[in-house]
Amino acid sequence: MLQGHQSWIFTNRPTILSTGTVGGPFEAKGKIPEAFDILHEDMWLEQDSWEKAQQKMLEESLQTTLKKGRIEKEQVEFLIAGDLINQMTPTTFAASTSSIPFLGAFSACATSMESLALAASIINAKGANYILCAASSHNAATEKQFRYPTEYGGQKPPTSQWTVTGAGSALLGQNGDGPVITAATIGKVADMGMTDPFNMGGAMAIAAVDTIEAHFRDMQIEPSYYDLIITGDLGHIGREVSLDLLHERNIPIEAEKYVDCGIAIYREDQPVLAGGSGAACSAIVTYGHFVQELIKGNLNRILVVATGSLHSTLSVQQNDSIPCIAHAVSIEARGGNL
Amino acid sequence: MGDKKKQKLQPNQQQYQAFQQKREVKRPIFKNCIKAFLVGGLICLIGQLISTFYIYQFNFTEQTAGNPTIATLIFITMLLTGFGVYDRFAQFAGAGTAVPVTGFGNAVISSAIEYRSEGFILGVGSNMLKLAGPVIVYGVFSAFIVAIIKTILRQWGGF
Repeated sequence: MLQGHQSWIFTNRPTILSTGTVGGPFEAKGKIPEAFDILHEDMWLEQDSWEKAQQKMLEESLQTTLKKGRIEKEQVEFLIAGDLINQMTPTTFAASTSSIPFLGAFSACATSMESLALAASIINAKGANYILCAASSHNAATEKQFRYPTEYGGQKPPTSQWTVTGAGSALLGQNGDGPVITAATIGKVADMGMTDPFNMGGAMAIAAVDTIEAHFRDMQIEPSYYDLIITGDLGHIGREVSLDLLHERNIPIEAEKYVDCGIAIYREDQPVLAGGSGAACSAIVTYGHFVQELIKGNLNRILVVATGSLHSTLSVQQNDSIPCIAHAVSIEARGGNL
Repeated sequence: MGDKKKQKLQPNQQQYQAFQQKREVKRPIFKNCIKAFLVGGLICLIGQLISTFYIYQFNFTEQTAGNPTIATLIFITMLLTGFGVYDRFAQFAGAGTAVPVTGFGNAVISSAIEYRSEGFILGVGSNMLKLAGPVIVYGVFSAFIVAIIKTILRQWGGF
């Protein structure tokens, strides 16, 4: 159901039946190791390339989700997923081995919430009984494509972020016991002419602010409606910029209720500079941590605003700016009043 | 270039960039310079020790000891890069590890390792000099220009 300009309200209560998260060795040493169903000691996962390792993690994440949801993959109508690698080949190959009808989704690091919003919308319209949605990223594969070789000794500035190695997926169904997707807001591409690919948090902050503002305007609710407003991967700098900007636009969000997945996933003493990033970042922290908190009853309502910077190496080398996007999805514990 | 870019920005973009810049953590340039000076100096000191070792232990002169010294430093860099230590050290040292020949070695070796998954020809072969290539191109080019200037001054200037 369209609500306002760019939001959907899901009255048929699409439900998160189960989730599956996979991570690498660096994530295992992070702040929330319990958020992962599977943790790997080796970045390679015994594969020949980083890209294949990413594919393997996505496959494991999908399998775990199905197993936990006690659903056979033949029952799942659609898979909606994406990643950051050129033409999303890790996702495509994983979709090929899973042989579930597949829709590719790309919003860079906001892919997690794009796929969740689309899945919820299809379920809500009775277009499917079960949909899997997923996002994945691999630190070395992403570094290789967007920056430098893994072992190259380039000094990174304090604004740069660390791409999360892992995959996160969720199974959505018509009804069940899990948390409910109640609404989603699709963001506009925001381009503030920022050109530094080592400061994505600063570039993406505006997209998060625009989408959050649009969400509250469309839904006609106050920020206090949510227990937490969770951004995808803004990091320390992006979080501060966006929070100050929200306050400047008179959107009263309390600092302690405004958390970021990129900050939540790693410990402060890990060398991640401004924080974590990557398509897997918001997927893992949302599905592995915050959704579990909803199930346990520690949280009632959350708004997840995944942020993505949509540049490519080509566009950066041609001196183009960094266009950014953010998509918001509202998830509530079962028994919520919407 | 910077001005040209700024002129194209809309007022709201300029405003946002100024807003963002105030909250951006700046590169600690002074601290980085000190660290680069110390680490770079240390690498040069090691190079000097290796060079002296070759001169006194083998039949090298001050002129001929350069090549085996560079080869030794690159060999050490190769090991450190392969063991995954060099990039961590470089995050601390910055230009200190990038400017000496070890930085050049690391750029070639890390690319060679990274693109092994695409095979020896299209992977290692064509990507090995991806980062170090510009150094070679502009190194040779500027050497050529300097050599021409020197030749002209010698021929007509009588220096």
